[in-house]
Amino acid sequence: MNKESNIYTFTFAIIMVLVIGVSLAVTSEVLQPRKKQNKNDKKMMDILSAINIDASRENAQQEYDKYIYSSSIIDNMGRVLEGDAFKIDVLFQYRDKTLLPEERRYPLFKANKDGSEYFIVPMVGSGLWGPIWGFIALENDYNTIYGAAFDHKTETPGLGAEINQDFFEQPFVGKKIIDDNGVFVSVEVQKGGAQSNDPHAVDGITGGTITSDGVTDMLKNTLMIYNKYFSSLIEDDIKKDTLDIINNID
Amino acid sequence: MKKSFFSKQHQRLITDPMGDQNPITIQVLGICSALAITTQLANALVMTLAVIFVMISASMIISILRNSIPNRIRIIVQLLVVASLVALVDQILKAFLPDASDKLSVFIGLIITNCIIMGRLEAFAMGNKVWESFLDAFGNAIGYGWILVAVAFVRELFGSGKLMGYQIIPLSWYDTMTVDGVEKSFVYFNNNLMILPPMALIVVGLIIWVQRSKNEELIEND
Repeated sequence: MNKESNIYTFTFAIIMVLVIGVSLAVTSEVLQPRKKQNKNDKKMMDILSAINIDASRENAQQEYDKYIYSSSIIDNMGRVLEGDAFKIDVLFQYRDKTLLPEERRYPLFKANKDGSEYFIVPMVGSGLWGPIWGFIALENDYNTIYGAAFDHKTETPGLGAEINQDFFEQPFVGKKIIDDNGVFVSVEVQKGGAQSNDPHAVDGITGGTITSDGVTDMLKNTLMIYNKYFSSLIEDDIKKDTLDIINNID
Repeated sequence: MKKSFFSKQHQRLITDPMGDQNPITIQVLGICSALAITTQLANALVMTLAVIFVMISASMIISILRNSIPNRIRIIVQLLVVASLVALVDQILKAFLPDASDKLSVFIGLIITNCIIMGRLEAFAMGNKVWESFLDAFGNAIGYGWILVAVAFVRELFGSGKLMGYQIIPLSWYDTMTVDGVEKSFVYFNNNLMILPPMALIVVGLIIWVQRSKNEELIEND
């Protein structure tokens, strides 16, 4: 058979592609459960890192069950919806530009650590080169940040990529997302450094301004939604307290 | 004359790329990954294993198929074989070594473009029998790997004070001391420059220097 003929070349190429395609598809399918497990473990570790728990892949599930006692899903108006919050892929939603704002789902994880209650909020935003994401843990005043963990896909090493380092994450602790007048203001990552007594700002990263701004936008856009939900909780609390008082008077 | 299974020529297929024909220091191929993933020894080892696997498998597959590959699409066939092997490695790492996979990220995918692999396939495996191709692939992969490991060793030890993630430089060396009432932090610092990419080139450069001063045949005349 003529090795240089067109028919031989095409046949060879087609057989080659088929063999390789099938074998890769099979491998991918066989390894799917393990990859999924790894991804879930990583997500649990990320969630836990917001409340300063260092879990490993081995004990991720265990630690997660120990600290995270409940989770819920809310929509963009702050209303609670049915479903499993853990399954929501916020990064996937963020990339899907056809998704309407009211179709977006926001997971919220409730943790109990050393007797205190924390609310863990996952978030996604845009850095300079690609997506950035993070988890913020709020104390049960729905206002004070208890812990922050950020990560990124492809930010510049040494500059924007530093957002996943302690020196950047640590200053978020104790910052407040609501000002004294009860207005939502979020926390800003400030270029040139924040005033040390400013409860709504932290230092940016020199040379990583666009990534820092990305973190600011991400915090604002996401916490704004969750704040709607928190406000409704606070209103409920007040109503309940008022009712209690009225009942007591009776 | 029948050649023995492991003759002098066969041995040279392995020893040459480790020394005087080294793909990184002499041919200056595969520099990109040598530069990017050598901040930690563990990453360099995983990368080396991945390259050894891809290189040997690809060389043997291409060598087996060499008489049936149509000449006009031979580069595409080589690329396809390498790419699918790399995809395979990527899948296996994601499933069994997720942390290493995260750290190596795009560089596993970029094994496809590692010039050493395509270079050996085109220059050697297309024209030699399976056993020779295996030896050549192994030699070149090891030649690539030992440089990677050597560079990573230096960079992790002096950049982070660790090897394979374990603290090697005693933590007490980093301590601050009070001398004559003044607190001084001396004795030892990690060299942060080591973690940055330029230091990989400098370390590779040092290896090239040593290699050339030991073997004068490697020095160009001009």
